[in-house]
Amino acid sequence: MAGLKINNVTKHFNDFTALSDVSLDVADGEFVAVLGPSGCGKTTLLRLVAGFEQLDKGEIVIGGKVMSGAGANVPPENRRVGIVFQNYALWPHMTVAENVGYSLKVAKVDRAAREKRVEEALALVNLQGFGERRPANLSGGQRQRVALARCLVAAPSLVLFDEPLANLDVHLRAAMEDEFAAFHKRTGTTIIYITHDQAEAMALADRIAVLDHGRLAQFATPRTLYEEPANEMVASFIAGGMVLPADVLSGARDGSCNVRILGQETVLRCRPDEVARSDAKVCVRADDLDVVESGGIAIRVKRSIYRGGGSRIEAFPVERPDIDLHFDLPDPARLEEGAEARLAIRTGWVIPRAEGAGH
Amino acid sequence: MSNAKRHQGHDAALIAVVAVVVAALSILPMFRLGMEIIAPQGRFSTSALQSALSSSSTWIATWHSLQVGIGGTLLAVLLGTSVALLVSLTDIRLRSAFVLLFVAPLLIAPQVTALAWLQLFGPASPFLKLIGLAPPLGSRNPLYSTEGIILLLGVQYGPLVFLIVRAGLRKLPRELVEAGLSSGAGKWTVLRTIILPLMTPSIIGATALAFVSCVGNFGIPAFLGIPANYLVLPTLIYQRLAGAGPSVLSEVAVLSMLIGIIAMAGILAQDYTARRRDYRIVSTSMPAAPFALGCRRVAVEATMWLLILVMLVLPLLGLLLTALVPAYGVPLNLKTATSGNFKFILFEHGAASRAFANSIGLSLAAAIFAVVLAVPLGYLITWRERWWTKFLNLSAELPYALPGVVLAIASLLLFLKPVPVIGLQIYNTIWIILYAYLARFLVLALRPTITGLHQIDRALEEAAQVAGAGLMRRLRTIIFPLVAPATLAGGVLIFMTAFSELTVSALLWASGSETIGVVIFSFEQGGDSSYAAAISVLVVAITFILMLTTNIFARYLPSGVLPWRD
Repeated sequence: MAGLKINNVTKHFNDFTALSDVSLDVADGEFVAVLGPSGCGKTTLLRLVAGFEQLDKGEIVIGGKVMSGAGANVPPENRRVGIVFQNYALWPHMTVAENVGYSLKVAKVDRAAREKRVEEALALVNLQGFGERRPANLSGGQRQRVALARCLVAAPSLVLFDEPLANLDVHLRAAMEDEFAAFHKRTGTTIIYITHDQAEAMALADRIAVLDHGRLAQFATPRTLYEEPANEMVASFIAGGMVLPADVLSGARDGSCNVRILGQETVLRCRPDEVARSDAKVCVRADDLDVVESGGIAIRVKRSIYRGGGSRIEAFPVERPDIDLHFDLPDPARLEEGAEARLAIRTGWVIPRAEGAGH
Repeated sequence: MSNAKRHQGHDAALIAVVAVVVAALSILPMFRLGMEIIAPQGRFSTSALQSALSSSSTWIATWHSLQVGIGGTLLAVLLGTSVALLVSLTDIRLRSAFVLLFVAPLLIAPQVTALAWLQLFGPASPFLKLIGLAPPLGSRNPLYSTEGIILLLGVQYGPLVFLIVRAGLRKLPRELVEAGLSSGAGKWTVLRTIILPLMTPSIIGATALAFVSCVGNFGIPAFLGIPANYLVLPTLIYQRLAGAGPSVLSEVAVLSMLIGIIAMAGILAQDYTARRRDYRIVSTSMPAAPFALGCRRVAVEATMWLLILVMLVLPLLGLLLTALVPAYGVPLNLKTATSGNFKFILFEHGAASRAFANSIGLSLAAAIFAVVLAVPLGYLITWRERWWTKFLNLSAELPYALPGVVLAIASLLLFLKPVPVIGLQIYNTIWIILYAYLARFLVLALRPTITGLHQIDRALEEAAQVAGAGLMRRLRTIIFPLVAPATLAGGVLIFMTAFSELTVSALLWASGSETIGVVIFSFEQGGDSSYAAAISVLVVAITFILMLTTNIFARYLPSGVLPWRD
C-alpha cells in the first residue's frame, strides 16, 4: 500500500497538451476519483501513473519512490500497480485461474502457494469454482470480477480503475459499485478511479479530482465539489449547476454574504474572504429555485419536459434572454411554453475569484 | 533499478535483432544490386549498363514484358472484377465453394498452370485425344504465343484481383447502396454510379499488383515463351545466366533493375491515381443486401461454374491424364494408363526425389523462420509505432513486392564470393535458396500478423505488463498465443508458395539443391512432359490438402487471412 504524489505533471502529444501542470496528493488508502468530460486528460493521467506513457515535466511518486520524473522512468512491469481495464482485458486463451494467477507465475511464486492465493482471490469476488472457465463463458459482471481478482491477487500498492463500469448495463453498475466499495474497505488499497460519471464518482470516492482540458479544476470531497465549487467549470459541470452573473453587496459574515442576482437581492453562501465586488459569478442549482407569486426574477418558459411526477422547466429571465435557467416543477403545477412566472433564489454559492485550482 | 534496466535491455535487444535480420534480408541485397549497377565488380563504370542497354535483345524483351504485362493485367482485372461483383452483389448460391475453386489457380505455381494448359491443348493432349479433337502430332501448340501467355497470366492473377476487389466490396456500407436505390436509381445505375466509383481504389490497387505479378512472372513465359523464342525480361535473364554463368552477372543486374523499374512504375502509377480523389468510406456496417438475379440466376451460376471447369478442372484433368500416359503421344485408355511416371519421379530419378526433400525442407524452414520473426516484427510495427517502424515494414515488403528475379540476382551478387570476415560460402548450395526464400516470403506471415494484432486490444498486453511480465515473457505468453492463428495461417501460405516456387530457385539452384519447381521445368524442357505432369499432380494434391486442412481451423482466424476462404 502506498500513497501517490503527482507533482506538476505536464504531457504533450505533438501539439496537443493533454495534461498541464497537474498536481495531486493522494493519501495512503484513499479512494480518489478522477472525473471529467471525455478528452479532459483523465486517461492520459492513468497511463502516466501506470507507466505506459512518459511525462514531459513533473514527477510521479508512488509510496515514496519516484516512478516517473527527471532521470527516472520505472517500466510498468516494475511499478506494482494494478489496473482494472475498461474492457477487462482478460486473456481469452487462458482460464480464469490462469488469468488471476499470471502475475504470481511471473513472480515465480511456487505452484501450491499460487493456487491457494488464486483460490482466495476468487473467493473474495464471489467466484469460487469458476477457475477452470474461460473468460468467453462469463457474463459481463463476472468478467469484471475476474479482472478485480486478477488485480488484487498481486497485492498491488496502488490500484487504477479505468472507467470500469462504462461497458455494463445500468443494473449491473449499481451492484459493481457496491463491489468496488467493499473491495476498497476490505483491502484498504489506494485507488485511483477514472470515470466520466459524476454519480459514480460521488458514490465511491473520498475525494474527486475534476479535470478540464488537461488542467486540474478542483480536488476536493464530493460534498465540497457540490456545495462550494472553486470555479465556473466545476460549478456548471457538477449536477448541472447554473452560473449566473451577480454583484456581491457585502463582505462575508458567518460564511454568507448579500448578493444581487438579476435584480433580486438574496443571501448566498461564500468563502470567508469574500469581499464586495460587481463582477462576481454565482452557482445555483435547480433545487435552489422556487416559483413565487411576487418578487423574484421575471422569467419566460422556453420548454417544459414532463419527467413523471413533475416537469423540468427550461426558461430565461425576461430581462436577460441570453441566460438559461432550469428548475423542477412538481405536479400538479404546470407551466407551458411561453408562459411567464417569477423565480426566487433560495440559496447558492458565490464562486470565488479566479485563482489557482483547488484549495 | 537493476530489474528495470534488464527489461529495457531486453527491449533494445529485441529491436536490434529484428532490425538487423530485416536489414540483412532486405536492404543488404538491394543495396548490393544497386552497387553492381553503378560499380560492376567493385569498379565504377558504366560499361555493364551500356552493354546491357545497347543490346537489341534487351529492348525486345522489355517490349515483350510490357506487352504480356499489360495484356495479362487487363484480362486479370476484367475477370477478377466481374467475378468479384457477381459473387459479392448477387444472390448466387454455393458462394464459398465457388470462391475456394476460383482462387485455387493463385495457389498453384505458375509453371504448373502453364504445364496443365499445355497438356490440355497440345497435339499430344490425352484429353483432346479422348474426345477425338486432338490436332495432328507435330502441329504447333496454340499456347506457344503472346496470346497464350496473356491468357494464362490472366487466369493466374484474375483471382488476385478478385480477392482485393471482393475485400473492398465487403467494406461497402449497405446504406450507400440503399440510399441510391431509394433515390430511384435502378440496380445498374447504382452499380455504375455508386458501387464502381467507390471501388476505384480497390480496382486500381489490384491492377497495380496484377501488373507487378505479370511482369515478374517467370513460370508462364518460360514454359510458353521460350519454345517460341519469345523472351520477356525474366526469361532473358535466365537464358543469359544459364548460357554464360556468373560472368554476365553485371549485365543481368541491369536487366533485373529494368524489371524492378517497370514494376515500381506500376505501383507509383497506382499511388498517384488513388490519391487524386477522395474515396474514403466513412462508416462500415452490414454488407449490402444481395441483388436478386431472378430468372437469370441459373444462367449466371451455370456460366460461373463453366468458368471453373475451363480455368481449373479441365487443365488439371489434362495434367492428370498426361501423368498417366506411358509415353509422348500414346493415346490414353484403361490399358495404357500407368502409374510408372509417379514411381519414376518418386523413387528412381535421383534429382526428382531429392527435389521433394529439398523443397519440403526449404519451405518448412522458410515458414518456421517467418512465423518466429513475424510476431516480434509485427509487434514492433503495430504496437510500438515509431517513425522508423514504417521502414521496417517497407523493408520486409520490398523483396516480395519486387519480381523474384530481382531478389535472385541480388542474392547471387551477395553470395558469389564467400561472405567477408566469416568466410562462409553458400553460393551453389541450398543455403542461398533458403536465404532468398526467407527474404522473399517473410512478409506473407507478417501481413496476417499485423492484421491480427490490429484486431487485438492492446490492453491485453498492458494487463500483462502491470502484472510484472517483461517483454520476452509477454511475447511468449500473451502476444504469440493471441496472434498465433493468423501468423500460422501465413506460415501455411508460405509453405504452399515456397513448395513449388520456381522463379528464384531457377536462378540459384545447383546440382544437389534442385527444387520441385526446377525439376518440373527441367523435365518439361527436356520433353518429358509426363514426368513433369506427375510431379505437378502431386504438388497440386498437396496444395489442396493443405487448403482444406487449414479451412478446418478457419474459425479461429481473423477474416481475410485465408485467401481461399470466403
